[in-house]
Amino acid sequence: MTALLEVRDVHKAYGAIRAVDGVSFSVTAGEILGVIGPNGSGKTTLFNSILGQVKPSAGQVYFEGADVTGMGALPLSRRGIGRTFQSLQVFGRLSVRDNLIAAGQEFSGSAAGRLFARPDAGLGGRAEEIIALFRIGHVAHLPAGSLSYGQQKLVDIAMAFMASPRLVLLDEPCAGVNPALIDELTELLLRLNREHGGTFVVIEHNMDFVMRLCTRVICMAQGKVLAEGPPEAVQSNRAVLEAYLGV
Amino acid sequence: MTDFLQLVIAGTATGGCYALAALGFTLLWQASGTINFALGEMVMLPAFMMLFFMSVLGLPLPLAFLATLALSLLVMGYGFKRVVVDPLIRHDVITLVIATLGLSIGVRQAVKGVASAQVFTFPSVFSDTLLTIGGVRVSAGDIGTVVVACTIVLALQAFLNRTVTGRAMQAVAQNRDAATVLGIKVERMVLYAFLINAALAAVSALLITPVYLAKFDMGDTLGLKAFYAAIIGGFNNSRGALLGGVLVGVLENLVGTYISPGYKEGVALVLFMVVIVFRPQGLLGTVEERKV
Amino acid sequence: MSPLRWIILLAGLAFVALAPTQMKNYGVYLTTLWCVYLIAGMGLNLTVGYAGQISLGQAAFLGIGAYTAAIMSKAGVPYLAIFPAAAALCFVVGLLLGFPALRVQHHYLAFATLGFNMLVFLVLRNEEWLTGGTFGINNIPRPTLFGWRFNRPLDFYHLTFAVLVLTGVLMAFLLRSPWGRAFAALRDNPIRAESVGINTTFYTLMAFAIGAAYAGIAGALFAPLVQFVEPAPFGFATSLSMLLMVIAGGSGRFFGPALGSVVVVLLPEWLRFAADWYLAVFGFLIVAMMIWLPGGLLSLPERVRR
Repeated sequence: MTALLEVRDVHKAYGAIRAVDGVSFSVTAGEILGVIGPNGSGKTTLFNSILGQVKPSAGQVYFEGADVTGMGALPLSRRGIGRTFQSLQVFGRLSVRDNLIAAGQEFSGSAAGRLFARPDAGLGGRAEEIIALFRIGHVAHLPAGSLSYGQQKLVDIAMAFMASPRLVLLDEPCAGVNPALIDELTELLLRLNREHGGTFVVIEHNMDFVMRLCTRVICMAQGKVLAEGPPEAVQSNRAVLEAYLGV
Repeated sequence: MTDFLQLVIAGTATGGCYALAALGFTLLWQASGTINFALGEMVMLPAFMMLFFMSVLGLPLPLAFLATLALSLLVMGYGFKRVVVDPLIRHDVITLVIATLGLSIGVRQAVKGVASAQVFTFPSVFSDTLLTIGGVRVSAGDIGTVVVACTIVLALQAFLNRTVTGRAMQAVAQNRDAATVLGIKVERMVLYAFLINAALAAVSALLITPVYLAKFDMGDTLGLKAFYAAIIGGFNNSRGALLGGVLVGVLENLVGTYISPGYKEGVALVLFMVVIVFRPQGLLGTVEERKV
Repeated sequence: MSPLRWIILLAGLAFVALAPTQMKNYGVYLTTLWCVYLIAGMGLNLTVGYAGQISLGQAAFLGIGAYTAAIMSKAGVPYLAIFPAAAALCFVVGLLLGFPALRVQHHYLAFATLGFNMLVFLVLRNEEWLTGGTFGINNIPRPTLFGWRFNRPLDFYHLTFAVLVLTGVLMAFLLRSPWGRAFAALRDNPIRAESVGINTTFYTLMAFAIGAAYAGIAGALFAPLVQFVEPAPFGFATSLSMLLMVIAGGSGRFFGPALGSVVVVLLPEWLRFAADWYLAVFGFLIVAMMIWLPGGLLSLPERVRR
């Protein structure tokens, strides 16, 4: 089975600082890959290099067999990669429903066609599905910016799924989220994975979440991949413990 | 050729004044993200303060300047920060843009109300002798202005790079959160930036008013030139402001003389447009990656 | 919209359409001018309020539209061709102005658009062969459309009002379409917008170009209204007033500019008591308003409710 996403020897340097220093891994369809590692180990820079937020200094990124290295965020999203950011990123003045439709409306038809399309761009039904799935129906009509942090986080993640992406990269989905919501989020992502064939790459510090969710884990330290394998194996890996504890 | 050199020297002097105002603007932007559209009025106001101290209270120019400096620090430094910027900075940029535009109208018209729309002459701190160097006639005032402007820019740069306070200010400019974590008193550093801005404005008023003459709307073009100079030279570099200011001052003189006086005012603008399209970080600036 | 709002809107429109029939010529002139500014203000509200860009150059487009109308009508071109020409020219120039907007972050944009306004002003003042320089162009004829001459002030007012309603309906249509949502997404979070497939480059350019086209149409009505164009009304001060219209009413709200332009037109009248000081008071009032009511007058009900 060919890899959905393949990262080959990606480097990203800021001056003398090598934030990402030769990282390679691949993700096959249906997998949930966890990326762990201490703060400053290069996880987010790796994400940004893959997602066109910054240009990698060297190395290649392939998505569905095509070279997408250095492509911007826009063409990558059009190719079917969804993402969330470490910090909250919603459209604050739009309602939750409009946030979701905005996240899906640009994926079909032409710009001119959208000018004359129905106001909901034909996505009203899809938005209701996602709203039901994420259980945010009671706030769907409110401006996203007026919701609580946890609710906004749900909207943020829901937006990444609106256009049925083939791969979703989640940057610390649990940060700042209460334990009950983390449980809910875990269930949700597992369901999306099993029932809808969703493929995810997740950066996360919450080990419990990673252990329950991920099928495979890579641990980064100082810009390099330190260990890779099933969650339990990586968790008990000596090098990983050392990297975290600084032994 | 001598005409040309004279134009260049006079332009450099004007440019030096633009640079001082530009520098204040740059500092404010870096320290607090404040876009100050009332910058021109902050040069005009000290000019009228000095006139007031001299003509009404009869102070000599140096004393009038010191009194003005103190008043500027209080009103345009501390007061401006506390009354206008602090309540607005948490909103989007446009609120602050409009508020400072409103402020500039208010201040300008208030000065007009008090001092009338008349033009006032202003004494120069330098003697008005003309020196002849190699056939080129230069006024002592121009040379003095250039020297003062350069000294201040270099001193400010040394302050920012060499002293603990200066480095702390730069840290705040680069990353507020990190600076807070490092125990830097962010609010105090921002206040310093406002105070330095006010002081720079007072000095540029002292230097430029003898040439521009004091009028309620003198800040109108001056403020704009200073913005453009700052952007042309590069926002995150204090020498950039000097380069931008001098470039604008010199080219204005040359265009006004050799091409068309009607487009003299457009020089800074065209230069600015070219720079933001081809080198948005400015001539001496460094690229900052877009923050997520 | 609820039925109540429809009734209020229709009653308001009927009032605005009929009120000038009871006015003297100066009143009709002022109301027509208000409509003209409102069309330009609607365009600016799209650029600033909905798409989140900063523009301090809307008066330049008003000027381009007005001079286009003046020059073309003097050359005998019928107004039926002039309106689309003014709109199209401003659309293209607006598109060009949008390019620096893509290159720089929004604080630079304030200066870029302000600079553009000054540049247009300089061209209008200096290129005498085309614009008549400081003397301007006078005796601009009132339009004739489909055999109707809109020469009397009241007739011309009704033409302007019709254009206002038409452009208003088109704007409402645009904002209800998925484009409106894309503009709002661009305003609220451009980086997130890119990551969900919204082409921010395209929408930024469109926000500028469509906003400019609205000012072009307004300009093409301004010239025959005043029947005389000179550079002065298209300077930066007008751009600032227009921005103020949008912000004072409530930026990103459909009826914001309508309310805002009433305030901007009437405020100087209310401040008459201050005589020479009224502009100073006006300036400080702007500062006060930004501090206490940055969301504009239409945000008052929400503020009160909280």
